Amino acid sequence: MDISFALTGKGYVIVAADTTAAHSIIKVKLDEDKIKTLSPHLLMAYTGEPGDTVQFAEYIERNIRLYQIRNIYALRPPSAASWIRRSLADSLRSRKPYSVNLLLGGYDTSTHTPHLYWIDYLGTLASVPFAAHGYGSYFALSLLDRYHDPEASLEEGLATLRRCIDEVSKRLIVSPGKYKVKVVDKDGVRELDF
Amino acid sequence: MNSFVSRFASTGHDVELRKAREAFGDEDESLEMWGSQAGFGPLSKGVPSFSVPAVPDPSAFLRLHTDDHADPSCRIKIKHGTTTLAFRFRGGVIVAVDSRATAGSYIASGTVKKVIEINPYLLGTMAGGAADCQYWETYLGIQCRLHELRNRERISVSAASKYLSNLVYSYKGMGLSMGTMICGWDKTGPAVFYVDSDGTRLKGDVFSVGSGSTFAYGVLDQGYHWDLTDEEAQELGRRSIYAAGHRDAYSGNTINLYHVKEDGWKFIGNYDVSEMHYEGPAGVGYGYEIRTAGKSSANPPPEPESQTAQT
Repeated sequence: MDISFALTGKGYVIVAADTTAAHSIIKVKLDEDKIKTLSPHLLMAYTGEPGDTVQFAEYIERNIRLYQIRNIYALRPPSAASWIRRSLADSLRSRKPYSVNLLLGGYDTSTHTPHLYWIDYLGTLASVPFAAHGYGSYFALSLLDRYHDPEASLEEGLATLRRCIDEVSKRLIVSPGKYKVKVVDKDGVRELDF
Repeated sequence: MNSFVSRFASTGHDVELRKAREAFGDEDESLEMWGSQAGFGPLSKGVPSFSVPAVPDPSAFLRLHTDDHADPSCRIKIKHGTTTLAFRFRGGVIVAVDSRATAGSYIASGTVKKVIEINPYLLGTMAGGAADCQYWETYLGIQCRLHELRNRERISVSAASKYLSNLVYSYKGMGLSMGTMICGWDKTGPAVFYVDSDGTRLKGDVFSVGSGSTFAYGVLDQGYHWDLTDEEAQELGRRSIYAAGHRDAYSGNTINLYHVKEDGWKFIGNYDVSEMHYEGPAGVGYGYEIRTAGKSSANPPPEPESQTAQT
């Protein structure tokens, strides 16, 4: 039931995820943060099987941090994406795979380029200008085909995200109430009031 | 169901009539007898009914042998997968549909007419079983004409849609599959009614039906408002079906666009989805890659001023 969106713009990536944690028909928590900051310029939104999500996200978080401690520099987004994908792919072929879908948004400070990766629990990795996981994708992808602009300012990007969230609220029966929105750009990661 | 029960019943009026018919041997009625039963017609032939499969439960039989989400490996594959939309605005009603018919993963046709022209003022859309929609909406057209002849006035969209919804409701549980929008212009102005084979009938401004409907809604809702011009509305209808044709595997091929105004419906055109992707209706492609060609999200800092610049 979880929904996450992400989109790139001129020099930034916006990552948004709903904040509800549900068990069967009950909302257990309304302000769960499902977006992790993996490094100063890397964000990861995770959805999927409860339990797996946080376990996997924390495993990734610690290993990305370990890499940075060992090598001074953090992994750049494309390398981080490859490593995360490989972790999922290895997990898939283990006795108990992680069922986790990810959106990885990062800003490469050396090429001044925002990166966005769509990753699913099967280990599919796709570099995309915008992405969505969950039921939201059925409404948002056609909308983003129509309205997304790779050169949009942050305000325009947030307006487009607002369209996606409004559309899902309007049409989806099980639409979540609140979203957490984070952005990564040249100045690093920050959370936005939305 | 009734006809099935009566066939095996040993009492009841049907049986009495059957026995009488066997006794008198009047399978073929004489010409003089025709229509002479005070308007009740040739009741000796029994109450007219559809023939149904000779099995205990015809709808269960149909369900068993037609494709369902649960069982794709069946013998009879009913055509599913569609995107249709209709919306009401200041300038009338826009009806737009795709033209793909799929049977499982196979594209059975790319040139299906999913808008059914009931009469010059009424349009119906086709989603679900193609045959069901085609047959019953044509039948609805006959009934609408009879209403016109009897009452010397055109049937309202509301009444026409209710006729259809009552009709399909009477067949509920027997395997009918249709999701349709009855659109037109009557004394009340432009009108759109959603009718499906569950018996649901809804009056509304914006509807989209079919597997691609979510994708169509995504574009349609965001572009919709009551005061659209005719051109804007037609563009929105076309653009929304394109979005579904692009994203939904079970929709696509071409777009059929209709506009209903005060003086009846008008066919606007047939548009190829691929052509819309690359060229669009007026030289600007709808496709994301086409629309954003040459754009980049990279944001390098401005080049520092050259050190050799002269003062």
